[in-house]
Amino acid sequence: MDAISTHTGIGVPLRRSNVDTDQIIPAVYLKRVTRTGFEDGLFAAWRQHPDFILNTEPFSRGSVLVAGPDFGTGSSREHAVWALMDYGFRVVIAARFGDIFRGNSAKGGLVAAQCEQHDVELLWKLLENEPGTEVTVDLQERTVQAKDLTFAFQIDDYTRWRLLEGLDDIGLTLRHEADITTFEASRPAWLPVTTPVG
Amino acid sequence: MNQARTLAEKVWDRHVVRKGEGQEPDLLYIDLHLVHEVTSPQAFDGLRLAGRPVRRPDLTIATEDHNVPTKDVHLPIADEVSRTQVETLRRNCAEFGVDLYPMNHAEQGIVHIIGPQLGLTQPGMTVVCGDSHTSTHGAFGAMAFGIGTSEVEHVLATQTLPLKPFRTMAINVNSADGTLRPGVTSKDVVLAIIAKIGTGGGQGYVLEYRGNVIENLSMEARMTICNMSIEAGARAGMIAPDQVTYDFVEGRDHAPKGAEWDAAVADWTTLRTDEGATFDAEVDIDGDELTPFVTWGTNPGQGLPLGADVPDPAAIVDENERAAAERALEYMGLDAGMPLREVRVDTVFVGSCTNGRIEDLRAAAEVIDGRTLAEGVRMLVVPGSMRVRFQAEDEGLDKVFTAAGAEWRSAGCSMCLGMNPDQLAPGERSASTSNRNFEGRQGKGGRTHLVSPVVAAATAVRGTLSSPEDLD
Repeated sequence: MDAISTHTGIGVPLRRSNVDTDQIIPAVYLKRVTRTGFEDGLFAAWRQHPDFILNTEPFSRGSVLVAGPDFGTGSSREHAVWALMDYGFRVVIAARFGDIFRGNSAKGGLVAAQCEQHDVELLWKLLENEPGTEVTVDLQERTVQAKDLTFAFQIDDYTRWRLLEGLDDIGLTLRHEADITTFEASRPAWLPVTTPVG
Repeated sequence: MNQARTLAEKVWDRHVVRKGEGQEPDLLYIDLHLVHEVTSPQAFDGLRLAGRPVRRPDLTIATEDHNVPTKDVHLPIADEVSRTQVETLRRNCAEFGVDLYPMNHAEQGIVHIIGPQLGLTQPGMTVVCGDSHTSTHGAFGAMAFGIGTSEVEHVLATQTLPLKPFRTMAINVNSADGTLRPGVTSKDVVLAIIAKIGTGGGQGYVLEYRGNVIENLSMEARMTICNMSIEAGARAGMIAPDQVTYDFVEGRDHAPKGAEWDAAVADWTTLRTDEGATFDAEVDIDGDELTPFVTWGTNPGQGLPLGADVPDPAAIVDENERAAAERALEYMGLDAGMPLREVRVDTVFVGSCTNGRIEDLRAAAEVIDGRTLAEGVRMLVVPGSMRVRFQAEDEGLDKVFTAAGAEWRSAGCSMCLGMNPDQLAPGERSASTSNRNFEGRQGKGGRTHLVSPVVAAATAVRGTLSSPEDLD
């Protein structure tokens, strides 16, 4: 997972609340055998409509999604985070997030930045009045900045630390690799290995 | 450490790589990782994206089971999604150096059948797999549990898992002389346990099955019980290893040999719950009261003795349970008050990681020997592994089944979950030796009654839910 300290990219105003993970990626896209390539499933139903925001320029090139409250509720599918990231999003800004989605975001390296709905409204207006406006999200300072607008967001210390360090669960465990190696040396000799017996 | 500990705590303690501080989980070492085609593709892809190798391919083994057809196995898999998953597993195993037993290999079979059969499952180990029925391996006194795809990737990369300790529950199964009544099997024991504690009763617990009835069971019968621990909501189920366990393991391909065998057994004898150790919960089951058990509803906790009637939801006090029972009867197409023995079935399935081992096939064959299937009933017998299939054929069991009119198939998960072509049609009713009677589990609209192998065989002969004693 790539470390992220600040991110700057085109902001996309998604004026919808309760965007559940079935909307983010429908179940039909879950049959795949890969971890990548889920961008075509992102908001698949909504993208059928030509005027959906991701079908318009310059928003199709956005990387900071600004959504209504309760983003990422519903099914636990990790694919929702994969789809957002495969499309190119690095940050989602919303007033509230679904719990499982927030956890999955931390696992995948997507910043779920929680802020006041009042600030979301201001950012929506700015992005709609001046399409293509870049938004800078500073994880060190926990701030969102676009043009003259600056506001704070919340993210818990542990998740922030992991994102800054670029540590996924596996990366965290591998910090203790020396302990694992020491443990392996102490395992009883009779324990089996799977190598086929000749 | 002088403190009295349970079996589960002992196995846990000896696998802690690093003790978690405060709210942090422990880091637990995994001795054996079983892999199959359904829950592994994204895990391997995750490794590829991060440029990580499999840390211990020598502690990892893969097989093809969930998707594989059980007839015409020499032909390419017809279903595209199934074929893609199987081919992806083959590519991943080749790329990451993981040994694989593919379709048509003599060692292929359901993951939870081949681990024990190869001697890879041994007492005191930690065993994981991206499959909830991994609890099967707990029958050897191993700590064995199912994991999700992210965790599969974690184990592939690190051979460890960060976990918080489970609570412990003792399930004491005793009878006057340690035996069960004729026709009563370990499947009936576990169905009765689940009916008693409920499908959520074991949540957060590791179950330890104890008592004279458990001690007198064979290894295969013990595996059937531990297999269904997950249906009571438990993460794992365990049975302390004893001479029955050692006799089963000894001489198998991956079992310790010579001096290592002696050292291993000496260690395994310490794997018992200490006198004075306390469980977080205890449940007692009277083995003398047990009779053949069948499910009538759509979760494994909705079970009753075969001699009972379909329950009347109106008599259920708890509102949620009453609503669940009403819905279950509607789905199952059953009327309250109808004797379960009069429920007519269309299909009988003998197989799965619950009851697809050689003893299960022998028990079913003994009941069906010299008899024929009731008119209109189809019966599928699906060995849990190719080895089980070969052994059954050596013993002539396949002939017993086919002479009665049953179909003799190749190894796989098959109709337990209908990911391959072995499915129920809408409205079709089965007596099945598998583990889940969920709506649509065996095929959309299919109706499942969970039963033991001997009840399955007797049902195939009579055409209605039956035990061997109902046969003339």
